[in-house]
Amino acid sequence: MATQAAEKPAQPANPGAGPSAANARAEASPDAVVVRFAGDSGDGMQLTGGQFTLSTALAGNDLATFPDFPAEIRAPQGTLFGVSAFQINFGSRQISTAGDAPDVLVAMNPAALKVNLEALKPGGLVIIDTGEFTKRNLDKAKYTSNPLEDGSLARWDVLAFDISALTIQAVKPFGLGNKDALRSKNMWTLGLALWMFDRDRQPIVDWLNAKFRKKPEIAAANIAALDAGHAYGETAELSGPLRKTFLPPAVQEPGLYRTVTGAEAISLGLVAGAQLAELPMFFGGYPITPASAILHHLARLKEFGVTTFQAEDEIAAICAAIGAAYAGQLGVTSSSGPGIALKGEAMGLAIMVELPLVIVNSQRGGPSTGLPTKTEQSDLYQAVYGRNGDAPMPVVAARSPGDAFDCAIEACRLATRYMTPVMLLTDGYIANAAEPWKVPDPEDYAPFPARFLEAPNAGDQLLPYKRNADGARPWIKPGTPGLMHRIGGIEKHVETGNIDYSPANHQLMTDARQSKISGVEIPLQEVAVGEQTGELAVVGWGSTYGPIRQAVRRWREKGRAVSHIHVRHIWPLPANLGELLAGFDNVLVPEMNTGQFKTVLRDQLLVDAQSLTKTSGQPFQIAELETAIGKYFDGIEGNEGGEVPPNSQQLPGREQGHDDGTQPDAPFHGAGSALPGEANPNKAVNQ
Amino acid sequence: MNEMTPPNAATATTLKDWETDQEVRWCPGCGDYAILKAVQRTLPQLRADPANTVFVSGIGCSSRFPYYIESYGFHTIHGRAPAFATGIKLANPELDVWMVTGDGDGLSIGGNHLMHILRRNVNLQILLFNNEIYGLTKGQYSPTSRVGTTTPSTPLGSVDAPANPCAFALGAGARFVARGFDVSKNLPDVLVAAHAHQGAAFIEIFQNCVVYNKDVFEAFASPKGAEDRQLWLTHGEPMLFGSEKSCGIKGLRLDPESFSLKVVEVPPSDSGADWQAAGVLVHNARNRTLAHMLVEMPFGAFPMALGVIYDHPAATFEAGIIAERAKASEGKDSSLARLLAKGQTWTVSGTAADPI
Repeated sequence: MATQAAEKPAQPANPGAGPSAANARAEASPDAVVVRFAGDSGDGMQLTGGQFTLSTALAGNDLATFPDFPAEIRAPQGTLFGVSAFQINFGSRQISTAGDAPDVLVAMNPAALKVNLEALKPGGLVIIDTGEFTKRNLDKAKYTSNPLEDGSLARWDVLAFDISALTIQAVKPFGLGNKDALRSKNMWTLGLALWMFDRDRQPIVDWLNAKFRKKPEIAAANIAALDAGHAYGETAELSGPLRKTFLPPAVQEPGLYRTVTGAEAISLGLVAGAQLAELPMFFGGYPITPASAILHHLARLKEFGVTTFQAEDEIAAICAAIGAAYAGQLGVTSSSGPGIALKGEAMGLAIMVELPLVIVNSQRGGPSTGLPTKTEQSDLYQAVYGRNGDAPMPVVAARSPGDAFDCAIEACRLATRYMTPVMLLTDGYIANAAEPWKVPDPEDYAPFPARFLEAPNAGDQLLPYKRNADGARPWIKPGTPGLMHRIGGIEKHVETGNIDYSPANHQLMTDARQSKISGVEIPLQEVAVGEQTGELAVVGWGSTYGPIRQAVRRWREKGRAVSHIHVRHIWPLPANLGELLAGFDNVLVPEMNTGQFKTVLRDQLLVDAQSLTKTSGQPFQIAELETAIGKYFDGIEGNEGGEVPPNSQQLPGREQGHDDGTQPDAPFHGAGSALPGEANPNKAVNQ
Repeated sequence: MNEMTPPNAATATTLKDWETDQEVRWCPGCGDYAILKAVQRTLPQLRADPANTVFVSGIGCSSRFPYYIESYGFHTIHGRAPAFATGIKLANPELDVWMVTGDGDGLSIGGNHLMHILRRNVNLQILLFNNEIYGLTKGQYSPTSRVGTTTPSTPLGSVDAPANPCAFALGAGARFVARGFDVSKNLPDVLVAAHAHQGAAFIEIFQNCVVYNKDVFEAFASPKGAEDRQLWLTHGEPMLFGSEKSCGIKGLRLDPESFSLKVVEVPPSDSGADWQAAGVLVHNARNRTLAHMLVEMPFGAFPMALGVIYDHPAATFEAGIIAERAKASEGKDSSLARLLAKGQTWTVSGTAADPI
């Protein structure tokens, strides 16, 4: 997150030991800790992570999170591909990534252990629920011997005990059956985690009471589990490797804070954008991962003049939004790659009829259905070029959850000022990840009220395509007396808007559409970290902001003239970007795709940009970028850039998400197994 | 609709007021000309205000319609007019929206959207021009072409069964279903009834494509013998057709054994009440089952059911959305600053965190 506080290096002075919670007592308190909660997709790990995030924020630590879950809603219990994980990096210094390797791993079953263990730092702490280490679960996780017994965990501090049994015992007084009792296991684990980091339980208690308002006995059972987990910490400290760790609050810019995910920030930014434009908002959406969260948030904000419309398909969602824009509202639609592809023709119409529209693309791994729950930045070409005809459109990319708020406002501003669709790019990582966010004051944003034409604009004649100094045509609401006119997707006369296929007119209109977008007023490109010139510019866009920033800082501390430039305006590019990049000996463009922005930069700026790509569905690690930057200073020619291989330390893990078809009850292989509750009668269900 | 209404300068228009300066580009003799005139003749009757009227269309010959009506017009993309119209109505329910589509636009590429606008019951008029062919792309068979239709894409004749637009509309949950044809003098009455209906009003208009599918509706649309082949339905009136001058007066009766409609002869009589003796049904536009039977009658053995087949209003989509928004907003404050600061927050003062 952006604050004024100086960012310290992520590695402690003695990198060999690592800031693990396990050896924290022996050392000075670490300034940052990475914790990963991993369990079956039905174990409630995302919920545990979310509540731990809240308590971390309330304790004043800076943080970044990385939720990772399988595409299957209820993958078969205990399987490797059914593992769901949530990683949080928090500390008393500024945090800008979800962290590289975890210091603490909580593994709720053998599959979670197998998938995540490799990622854990040497000497890190692993907390294991032995109650789930049955023969059957070990088989499902493809363990040939029990890792608790075969010595394979020797490199780590292990705290293994029967969390399942302890949970059942804790909630016994509430008369729940074993199956229901085990659903509180995640709260037990959360209680233990809260103890480890000296956190207040009260906000979680309040949250549980509010969540189970209508089922007070369930709330009480969960609170009992939370308390029991917390109390266990005291006991375990006496005999095991568990230590209580206190991280003092991070230095942050004074103000009011909350946590925010990208999906929340986009929703709030769109509401703010509509208010600044003084327009009601119409949001047309269709369910798709990971974009649906925006529809869910906005559906609850009707009092802000928001109409949400769940359409019959992606095409109808954008077409209805264009219809609403035609009728005078701020039209918004949102999707992910496959849905954006379906909307392409309608975007062309919005470009042709020159109506304002915001299109949010929460990118995911592709092509086709690809990796619905994993992140990628591979829709850049689609955003910039992906329409029939010469169909230019501004493209804005958010770099973090908090930044998505400002980017959404920027998209609304461009759309209404220039009468154009605008694409706002985020990705699965930004959409789901949370970070502390300094609550902005709406008064700090300059309003951009939309204006509608009320009277003829050429003497007593109406010219619907007569442009203003920005190149924008007037916005004319149907219902306005005397301004009746017709618009459509057929090429139209440069002023009257009547059908006109003549060669000279099409040339004029093509040029007008092009120059309007290339002339969009956007801020000049700034340097995020470092000097205006130097040996190497690392140019990023979107969610790679955090890791690039950290990696660049590390090399600057080693005395290298490396700068980080992070581009928000992908199309058109900031006017000074070419000049800025020309001041560097080398340009490296890390992207979670095969080099799409690199190609745009080369094409637009004739700059010799080198590509660093990662297309494993995992975000960049700081260490990976640090290594890649180092290639420019190792004296070896020609080894710069290239492809970063899949990383076994990161989420999603190597075996997670891998379905080789050998699981007897894998979805789509076993009859009827897709029905929740049937295939897995004993499965714990998300709280 | 022959009652006198007090003159109102704001909405008093004539046919001329609804004509644009654009040259009409349909083929000479196209049925679309007749439909255009019928609409332009009807709008003044409805006291429609051009400034408050929007014609929305998809792509195809029929969808050029908005360019020729002096109102607001939006010529959109192929098949998607229902989605645009839905957005327009949700953004401004006061607008009087007419949607124009065709058999290819509405039932092939846009079948999904047509189904949903009918199901949702958006308050507008839908005119589906059915010419059983793709005209603008030069004559390929369409989803309503009869089996055996020979076209450039089906040189040996089409083999797939055609869709029945009115049956589709009823199946999708439409609350108003009517039929007319391009040159019919009754078409304006059907348009008036559709306009009076609050909700999605679906009208199938048989339209003669003189270039690619000439006279396919001649069997019932031809003026000669029309009374024997056209059953014009009126709510509360017996379902009679034919004339004593031609094949005699006939009517539709329900055969309870087979639960189907039967054509019965109505013997001539001076009293005129014999249709009751013949068991002829009285048209009930609120009877959905009857509507299904009427639209499914095979032409030939039966006359073509025309006019208002079904008219049974229900709550509109816009009304539901507006009511929901009003309810959800009740007593809620719309301060953006308070929204942003919602949830669990904490303040940072200087270097210390201070959870609240």
